[in-house]
Amino acid sequence: MAEYQNLFTQVQAVGPANLGVPLGPGHGPRTGTDLPQVHLFGRLGMPQVGPIYLGSLGTASLIFGIAAFNIIGFNMLAQVNWDIVQFIRQLFWLSLEPPPPQYGLSLPPLNQGGWWLMAGGFLTASILLWWLRMYTRARALGMGTHVAWAFAAAIWLFLVLGFIRPVLMGSWSEAVPFGIFPHLDWTAAFSIRYGNLFYNPFHALSIAFLYGATLLFAMHGATILAVSRFGGERELEQIADRGTASERAALFWRWTMGFNATTESIHRWAWWFAVLCPLAGGIGILLTGTVVDNWYLWAMKHGVAPPYPPVFPPSVDPATLLQGVK
Amino acid sequence: MRVLLTTALAALLAATTLLAGCERPPVDTVQRGYRGTGMELVYNPRTAVAVAEANQAPAATEAASPDGPKAGQIYKNLQLLGHLSIGEFTRQMAAITAWISPKEGCNYCHVPENLADDSKYTKVVARRMIQMTQHINADWKPHVAATGVTCYTCHRGNAVPMNVWFAPEPPRANASFIGDKAGQNTPLKTVGLSSLPYDPFGPYLLGAQTIGVGGATALPSEHVASIVQTEQTYGLMMHLSAGLGVNCTYCHNTRNFKEWDGSPPQRTTAWHGIRMTRDLNNQYIVPLTASFPATRLGPTGDVAKVNCATCHQGVYKPLYGAPMAKDYPALLTLEAPSDGLPAPLAEAQRSVLYFGVGSAVLEADQAQGLSTVVATLVAQPRARASISGYHSASGELSANQELAKQRAFAVRDSLVGAGIAPTRVVLDKPLVAEANLAGEDPAARRVEVTVK
Repeated sequence: MAEYQNLFTQVQAVGPANLGVPLGPGHGPRTGTDLPQVHLFGRLGMPQVGPIYLGSLGTASLIFGIAAFNIIGFNMLAQVNWDIVQFIRQLFWLSLEPPPPQYGLSLPPLNQGGWWLMAGGFLTASILLWWLRMYTRARALGMGTHVAWAFAAAIWLFLVLGFIRPVLMGSWSEAVPFGIFPHLDWTAAFSIRYGNLFYNPFHALSIAFLYGATLLFAMHGATILAVSRFGGERELEQIADRGTASERAALFWRWTMGFNATTESIHRWAWWFAVLCPLAGGIGILLTGTVVDNWYLWAMKHGVAPPYPPVFPPSVDPATLLQGVK
Repeated sequence: MRVLLTTALAALLAATTLLAGCERPPVDTVQRGYRGTGMELVYNPRTAVAVAEANQAPAATEAASPDGPKAGQIYKNLQLLGHLSIGEFTRQMAAITAWISPKEGCNYCHVPENLADDSKYTKVVARRMIQMTQHINADWKPHVAATGVTCYTCHRGNAVPMNVWFAPEPPRANASFIGDKAGQNTPLKTVGLSSLPYDPFGPYLLGAQTIGVGGATALPSEHVASIVQTEQTYGLMMHLSAGLGVNCTYCHNTRNFKEWDGSPPQRTTAWHGIRMTRDLNNQYIVPLTASFPATRLGPTGDVAKVNCATCHQGVYKPLYGAPMAKDYPALLTLEAPSDGLPAPLAEAQRSVLYFGVGSAVLEADQAQGLSTVVATLVAQPRARASISGYHSASGELSANQELAKQRAFAVRDSLVGAGIAPTRVVLDKPLVAEANLAGEDPAARRVEVTVK
């Protein structure tokens, strides 16, 4: 008999397309009625593709998103003198940079960060419209809006990095460039400029939630996979065959660590850990430069981190030893 | 089966391509700070062998006799090294030939028919470079210590040292509408193939842009450095790291790069090294631009300049600190003595007066420089005179600070003597003082008077 597993599904259920619940009045039509079933997709999840609900929000979001993507892409292409081969070779190095510091928050020339401002504006519009779309689609299905609010947590971090903090600092140049390596260099430079971000408690919290979220995901994923032989991944069977999957999973954790989450609370745990990662991170970024200029000195001043015994003879900045005397 | 093999081969090829830029493990780590702070130096023992072989100092030739006639009495147009005996002089010239033009020989610089002829640019450049070497050994002890440098430190048998830098080509003229790179995001070796600003030299090793970007206080203060400025400093530091073959932790405290407290002493040496490089480029190398033929110049017509890698060549101390210079004493002391004091600066709002070495006496001709400021103070009864004293870098710091103070007092007394009320004369600590970092600079021994 064929075996049913849930990561690489060996048996794919193929049947008439599921077109979803009827849409009420005030909704546009879903896209796609003759829905394809892709075998490869079925190996990873559902084989059925669609139906997609694009709607006016989705359409507007895509238009803004494509505009931002093209502004960034064509700027990168122009940087390598419209050479496609060099564009591919140097893609990870290329970037659309924010305006230089001398422009502050004023409107810079197009080629001195103006493109960046435009791309950033379009991208923000696209993301916010996409958020509205996620919210309204969840409501349309009668669902809670947890996905939208989790997405909002990520948008918070995005807005802090590219908009809120630069405005508070009075300079667009504080924002992150659009580029693969350049945004990583920005991150390293940001930490160096503000005295080592590892001493920023919100950075620490953010990392704790990041690792915590992955740990919870691993524990939860492993638990459910481990009891899938009892039908643990299928909602109905948990109720029909009590004492098999879900209960075994719960007992496993009580045996090993004395305590277990419930099938509901584990998702709440994971959701909060995931959402708090960008929320705490965003607060940490927002405070950097606006409220704290050197996190290491701040942490030393408040006893957050211990001082270490000296190993080298004391060093002083030679610039302070030169010449000038009152 | 064939499909599987092809896939495996393709995967192997992709993995090799991706990892081609990496060095294979294992590497050696050396702990040099307090445990647990990550103060470690990382070395690859396989590449270190090749670097070590490439950085060996040649053995010194046998010392020549100081007896006999002086070179200056025998040769014509000998502007330097004339105090050497003819034997010492010949030995020094032979050494320079071996260090710089072992293949071309003496004729790389000299016209064989007339050794005194200055028509080859290489001879003009070489003369100035001998002075530069003397200047480094005599005045930049905070960086080169007693080890010093010789021509070989940079040249290593090449007419042009292997590691020099030019200003990068300016961006395309037609890139005014779209595609500005903001001077970065180009994979160049100068910044370790990162996307950091690709000219880390111009602003710091020619100009004197502020390098320290980290916040100096826990809470925001007057200190403002942009992320762009930080990335520029970062680019310079990547060059230092690659040029010296060391990690950041060779000079910096891992916990906070800005903090000097807890930094290894090498950071102070490096600090002086950056100033030395800037001094050499501005005082010795850039002024030679017109002497070089166009083929030796860079894309923007600038001369080949020095950076950290010019001497270090991937090693923490050039030639692993081999004390080569001690065998060539002619290169150790500066020959051209500094001339008299500069003329005092006399402007309506500002006056600068110069002092002799170790002296706090305001000479009569220097005191003349106060006349315009005194006139301004008489005309504006509410104005005040602010006085700041400075000293040169030679000698003990505490004694120098006292000297700078005494110089400021001398000028104050002179102003009071000219009829200015003592309450209108204030002594101010100078704001920026980073001009003369080593040796005697007449322009550093000064007092500045500003009307406020």
